[in-house]
Amino acid sequence: MLKSKFFKKVEKFNGNFTQLEENSRRWEKLYKKRWAHDKVVRTTHGVNCTGSCSWNVYVKQGVVTWEHQSTDYPSCGPNMPEYEPRGCPRGASFSWYEYSPLRIKYPYIRERLWRMWDEAKKNTDNPIDAWESIVTDPEKTKSYKSARGHGGLIRVKWQDASEMISAMLIYTIKKYGPDRIAGFSPIPAMSMLSYASGARFISMLGGEMLSFYDWYADLPPASPQVWGEQTDVPESADWYNSQYLMMWGSNVPLTRTPDAHFMVEARYKGTKVVSISPDYAENVKFADNWLSPHPGSDAALAQGFTHVILNEFYNKKQVPYFIDYSKRFTDLPFVIMLDQSEVNPEHVTSGRFLRISDISDAEEVNAEWKPVLVDETDQEMVVPNGTIGQRWEKGKKWNLDLTAEDGHQIDPKLSFIDEGKTEVIDMPSFDAEGNDVFQRTLPYHEVTLKDGTKQKVATVFDLLMAQYGIARVDGDPYAAKGYDDLDSLFTPAWSEKITGVRKDMIVQIANEFAENAAETKGKSMIIIGAGVNHWFNSDMTYRAAINMLLLTGCIGVQGGGWAHYVGQEKLRPAEGWANIAFANDWQPGGARQQQGTSFFYFASDQWKYDELDNAAQKSPVKTISHSYKHPADYNQMAIRLGWMPSYPQFNRNSLSFVDKYNTRNMDELSKHVVQELKDGSLQFAAEAPDEDINQPKGMFIWRSNLFASSGKGQEYFMRHLLGAENGLLAKTNGNFKPEDMEWDDHSIDGKLDLAVTFDFRMVTTPLYSDIVLPAATWYEKEDLSSTDMHPFIHPFNKAVDPLWESKSDWQAFKGIAKTFSEMSKKYLSGVKYDLKTQPLGHDSQGEISQPLGEIKDWKKGEIEAIPGKTMPSLSLVERDYTKIYDKFISLGPNARGKVGANGFSYSVADEYDELKDIIGTYTDGIEKGCPKLDQDMNVAEAILHLSSASNGHVSQKAWKNAEEITGEKLADISAGQAEKQMTFRSITAQPSESIPTPIFSSAKHDGDRYSPFSVNIERNVPFRTLTGRQSYYLDHEIFQEYGEELATYKPTLPPFVMAPTDTHVEKADKEITLRYLTPHGKWNIHTTYQDNLYMLTLFRGGPTVWLSLDDAKKIGVEDNDWVELYNKNGVVTARAVVSQRMPDGTMYMYHAQDMEIEEPLSTITGNRGGSHNAPTQIHVKPTQMVGGYGQLSYGFNYYGPIGNQRDLYVNVRKLKEVKWNES
Amino acid sequence: MKVKAQISMVLNLDKCIGCHTCSVTCKQTWTNRPGAEYMWFNNVETRPGVGYPKKWEDESHYKGGWKLNRKGKLELRAGSKLNKVSLAKIFYNPDMPNLDDYYEPWTYDYKTLFGKESKHQPVARAKSQITGKPMKLTNGPNWDDDLAGSDRSFGEDPNMQNIEADIKGNFEKTFMMYLPRLCEHCLNAACVASCPSGAMYKRDEDGIVLVDQERCRGWRFCMTGCPYKKVYFNWKTNKAEKCTFCYPRIEEGLPTVCSETCVGRIRYIGVILYDADRVAEACEEPDDTKLYERQLDLFLDPNDPDVIDQALADGVDMETIRSAQRSPIYKMAVEEKIAFPLHPEYRTMPMVWYVPPLSPIMNYFEGKNSIKYPELIFPAIEEMRIPVEYLANLLAGGNTEVIKNALYKLAMMRLYMRAKTSGKDFDPEKLDRVGLTEESATSLYRLLAIAKYDDRF
Repeated sequence: MLKSKFFKKVEKFNGNFTQLEENSRRWEKLYKKRWAHDKVVRTTHGVNCTGSCSWNVYVKQGVVTWEHQSTDYPSCGPNMPEYEPRGCPRGASFSWYEYSPLRIKYPYIRERLWRMWDEAKKNTDNPIDAWESIVTDPEKTKSYKSARGHGGLIRVKWQDASEMISAMLIYTIKKYGPDRIAGFSPIPAMSMLSYASGARFISMLGGEMLSFYDWYADLPPASPQVWGEQTDVPESADWYNSQYLMMWGSNVPLTRTPDAHFMVEARYKGTKVVSISPDYAENVKFADNWLSPHPGSDAALAQGFTHVILNEFYNKKQVPYFIDYSKRFTDLPFVIMLDQSEVNPEHVTSGRFLRISDISDAEEVNAEWKPVLVDETDQEMVVPNGTIGQRWEKGKKWNLDLTAEDGHQIDPKLSFIDEGKTEVIDMPSFDAEGNDVFQRTLPYHEVTLKDGTKQKVATVFDLLMAQYGIARVDGDPYAAKGYDDLDSLFTPAWSEKITGVRKDMIVQIANEFAENAAETKGKSMIIIGAGVNHWFNSDMTYRAAINMLLLTGCIGVQGGGWAHYVGQEKLRPAEGWANIAFANDWQPGGARQQQGTSFFYFASDQWKYDELDNAAQKSPVKTISHSYKHPADYNQMAIRLGWMPSYPQFNRNSLSFVDKYNTRNMDELSKHVVQELKDGSLQFAAEAPDEDINQPKGMFIWRSNLFASSGKGQEYFMRHLLGAENGLLAKTNGNFKPEDMEWDDHSIDGKLDLAVTFDFRMVTTPLYSDIVLPAATWYEKEDLSSTDMHPFIHPFNKAVDPLWESKSDWQAFKGIAKTFSEMSKKYLSGVKYDLKTQPLGHDSQGEISQPLGEIKDWKKGEIEAIPGKTMPSLSLVERDYTKIYDKFISLGPNARGKVGANGFSYSVADEYDELKDIIGTYTDGIEKGCPKLDQDMNVAEAILHLSSASNGHVSQKAWKNAEEITGEKLADISAGQAEKQMTFRSITAQPSESIPTPIFSSAKHDGDRYSPFSVNIERNVPFRTLTGRQSYYLDHEIFQEYGEELATYKPTLPPFVMAPTDTHVEKADKEITLRYLTPHGKWNIHTTYQDNLYMLTLFRGGPTVWLSLDDAKKIGVEDNDWVELYNKNGVVTARAVVSQRMPDGTMYMYHAQDMEIEEPLSTITGNRGGSHNAPTQIHVKPTQMVGGYGQLSYGFNYYGPIGNQRDLYVNVRKLKEVKWNES
Repeated sequence: MKVKAQISMVLNLDKCIGCHTCSVTCKQTWTNRPGAEYMWFNNVETRPGVGYPKKWEDESHYKGGWKLNRKGKLELRAGSKLNKVSLAKIFYNPDMPNLDDYYEPWTYDYKTLFGKESKHQPVARAKSQITGKPMKLTNGPNWDDDLAGSDRSFGEDPNMQNIEADIKGNFEKTFMMYLPRLCEHCLNAACVASCPSGAMYKRDEDGIVLVDQERCRGWRFCMTGCPYKKVYFNWKTNKAEKCTFCYPRIEEGLPTVCSETCVGRIRYIGVILYDADRVAEACEEPDDTKLYERQLDLFLDPNDPDVIDQALADGVDMETIRSAQRSPIYKMAVEEKIAFPLHPEYRTMPMVWYVPPLSPIMNYFEGKNSIKYPELIFPAIEEMRIPVEYLANLLAGGNTEVIKNALYKLAMMRLYMRAKTSGKDFDPEKLDRVGLTEESATSLYRLLAIAKYDDRF
């Protein structure tokens, strides 16, 4: 009963200003009810953000309501901040998708295709013929392909979709071969099972999985180049151990939201923070100093810093810590042969590493792979242990111990300056005008080669000091005259000229950075990211920055080193996962893995539009005999010499060779193949990518929005791969054709017969696909996730069952496999033999196949064509298409063998047997006795149980194998965790740190934070490079041709908007050309969340571009006005964000704003404006295709040309008219 | 003396990364329902900027908070309740943000994407959540994020008055910071005083300010009265709604959603004991620049035996007193004086406080002397980009001295810790100058940097 106000107890105080009343507060239960919930489920988000955060999802009456971060991470220790609470606003808004109108609830097929299919099936007696009748009819294919992207998808049953997919697969495999089927799914670490599902299916078919890390330009090619390591970086908590943090092109609060606090908090511990960013980015807020270099000039800034470091810390004084580090862990003491300069015959130029094979006749294993240095103690040339030569020497303990055979300690000599002899060296330089030559004074030493000739050599250290013009010799005319010397390259003054950063700042920051490293023994760190990595010449920039860290002994030190975060790499339980994902359990080595950038470069015909003038990128000091003008020709060379993979493989069905030659003997087959390749009767498919037989026909896309967020050169994809409406303004560049390729003047549009996409959101890729399948969300399935940012392996769990007709990817591919196998019994029965090519692989004998970095081309008759040595290796893989389903759902017997990575290998037979009891086995069929992989959770258990990062027993075996190989004590690193075994349930109960393993390079244990390369620095494990050390110098011929032996500044590609031959675009009254950059955005992770109502509401509700006040004024644009931007590659319409935090001359379109939300029509093309990728285009870099040579050998997602997308310009104008659908 | 307990919060703006996680988790939990679409109990603003609702700090327009009348007594800026009723203003309140000052909530025509074949690729266009019609997007709850549209928003930020004119439009002098905002749960809440229905109240046990959803009659004077514009009107239920300080969680011993989910780990929650008998007197301090200190004076030492006795006598239970003794808020606000109230000149005695941010050195100071004096590795306060005046306008009623002292303290703590972590000597005299000792500097460092869950909440 409500009491009358007059009888209530009232108390007054605060000078009668306040009164206390007693009232009913029963209404307060209202918000308590809202807070009430039924259960809380731990899961995470499988989005390539590197976060891998642990979330609690709240469920009320069977409905997902909201999500909050979990806070129960194991402690980082009493004196460190914790990981809790990891998460960001994007993740916090995920539950919106669950029931959103954007959700794909059912399977869909393109209506036009469905009608043809329905009709064809009535007219033929089997689905294979029905499919054939459609795809061989040009009118029909044009009809359904040109409808891609226009809507018109109709709902079908899962079984209908599986049948059409299977018909396409069977027809394609029979007619063209399995390698015309491609799978694209990126970043396995973000949801390992999902990746593995399709990868396993496609690998069993013999189709190719396309790489993504290099294609995304997230791979830093500098990492394989310098360390022979794909990427290894500290966990974010290790930032806290740093005493000097540089954030360089990495906007930590935005792109590492859950980790940013470690950087922020480190400041209170006294860590200095420097931000290097062209705009006033979010991270600048936390910096003590902000340096704002011109976009793309970062290498010049690094060189300015390096000049100061070399002069202050190697020339004016010597820091024992730095010197010792340089001698033991870098290639600085190794000697390089000096050649005669091609520019000035009286000058020298730098060549390749001197090997023991050059100077000694003595019988020596792998002599051409053993570079030498001079031992200071006896001035003798010596091969220290640890080089790649010893790595592949049987019986040799391979380590960095400098004990010589006679027991004395080798003291690597850094410099020949004490010998008093100098030469003038010609070195290459590059600027906006092109290439140039400069001279320096270089101390040298003379050796006698085994043929008796005299050879001048210099150490890498002396070359480096010379490059930077450090004055070491009195009266040196070529040295820099001080930091203010504007005429000498690489001085702070020169750097200021290029970068716009004041030279006194360069001097100050370089001094602080190195002084800090000297005081703390290497605790200076550079957090570096996409802002630097996504450029054409990013490897040179990275190497320039890494050199700063090498010179100051920071790599391999806790709190120091490089911290590259671009893409969610580091799939921690790697061995178990790889076994399942690539079906090695059934067919070891049978999977095809293709380099993504090259695949798309050819498949979307971007090679025919390439305009890149290679000459400007090359060194004027050195020419080589295997030189080309067109970048595509380098790719062809890389394919035939076994450097890079190439699928589709040959212009012939790979299943046809055994029948044609009527043999399964590999030697015989090889002989035939070699002969046919030599005489030209057999071609690599990539030589004529436009021919029908060489085209990819079917593509599976899952966990990806390939046609928008990852489609560099989106409009080329739309036109050539899909045959859809597009905004391409460029015309093919017939004036610039590759030498080694076949050119078709016709435009080949719509190469793909069937695009199949699995997704839970209707975005660009499903819109342009023919079959769209409803995927379960991250709150509806079991899976695993890990990242380099933290050491945990997190589970996905079902908060609710898959909604509507959605399925987990594992269940979806399982279902397709079943239909496919059953149909194969009828239409594709019998065992097939698939002839598979494979490039020369890193961490295998293949990496020492092509010695001395010299190119020998069998096609030109320079060397015998030997598979696996001078060309790709060949192997035969058995494929029984009727058994794919049985194999898919079981862990095959080969998993009961050895696993490993990076050259380590160990048995998991015991673990395989244990798994039988953990997840059960089958009782009949070929899968009899094999552990069951039919359910998602079983797959997770298998991955965890078979991997060294999640099973302590396996970790111990792995370290013991590493001990055997290196002869160093290592197994103690994980000894304390030998009994630890993660299970899916245990990591659901609480996050758990992964166990140290030699397949990653941290030696940290006992609560230390993960620190890459510490196993090399602390435990003498060699780097997987030519010298076994960290590389400043790369001597392969192509690196010499491009002037990239040492890191140096190369300008961004020249401004290029439209070619005269391209579609004419009438210029607007007010129009300017701006640099076009696509940094990662705040309100989306790739295209995920960019369509989420919360994220759209929290900024401007659709595609935007950022530009400076002055640039906006120039084109009469005010904040929030619509603008149109275009170049030859495509057109984007978006609203302008005008801000003073933007520098003049540069426009940002934050990455991955898709084209299905608030994107008006273009007034230029009349079609829908494109995504952020519309103005982009692929440019492949030849140095990134080198192979068969030490660390420059192929690995999937390890080496290959990157799909860079920053060296671009657009014209910008006001959008004349905002139109949406009509036209 | 009358001792009351107040649950309160400190946000360390120096750590805020501007990510808006707090806003999203709060919204998902509390306001994702019809009638509340535009409500953000918690929002984050980029500064300089206009905030949400637009220009909420312009009290000459919105008439929020208190002023002193000619007699020096407190009076609602918008006029007293009696005044409203007698002048029939109750039926017409002009001093209120309208929908456009917040923003018109929108969604998209997503289902177009599943439609029939069309001439061009289908696209989901924005449409109003109110009218259902296609709409042009011109404003949102975070429209000027990260200095978006800065040419306009700089001029519209009242705190930018009296700041050097050449900062505006000058790329080289750019600065920004973030300001997360929620209800202040004021000691002298103007919203409560404004409510004609008696539906708003401040809870006796913890000071949380609530709108009784049964008694609210939708007059909306609270919206005017609140100078922070943190009371909203639900157009479906026709009731006022606001941040509840997550009382359903607080009552179970859990921190607020915005605090626990703050990935920058910037938020601290704790109990403050204060003298409720002197609130009005303190609010009547005539000098705006002294209001911060007057509020500080109200806070009582929870370890003082007299305070404890009085608190118990006034009905504060022992567990609450023990919480006040462990309170990180007391440490930051009272002991170290590094936290400040938002706009104390509104005279509401807000209880969500902020640690001001450090910022990068301004370019024209860079390089000066730093090599000669390596201890100058961090910027001096005078060289920082964010003008102290700006922070003082925001957090101290214009009192620059107290802000400077806090920034000196943070900077000195960094220098001390740098010396300590690299094994170097540090002159304790320097610490003394900013009111620190080795022990207090270390303990402050631990509270701000290590900041374990149990230390924050």
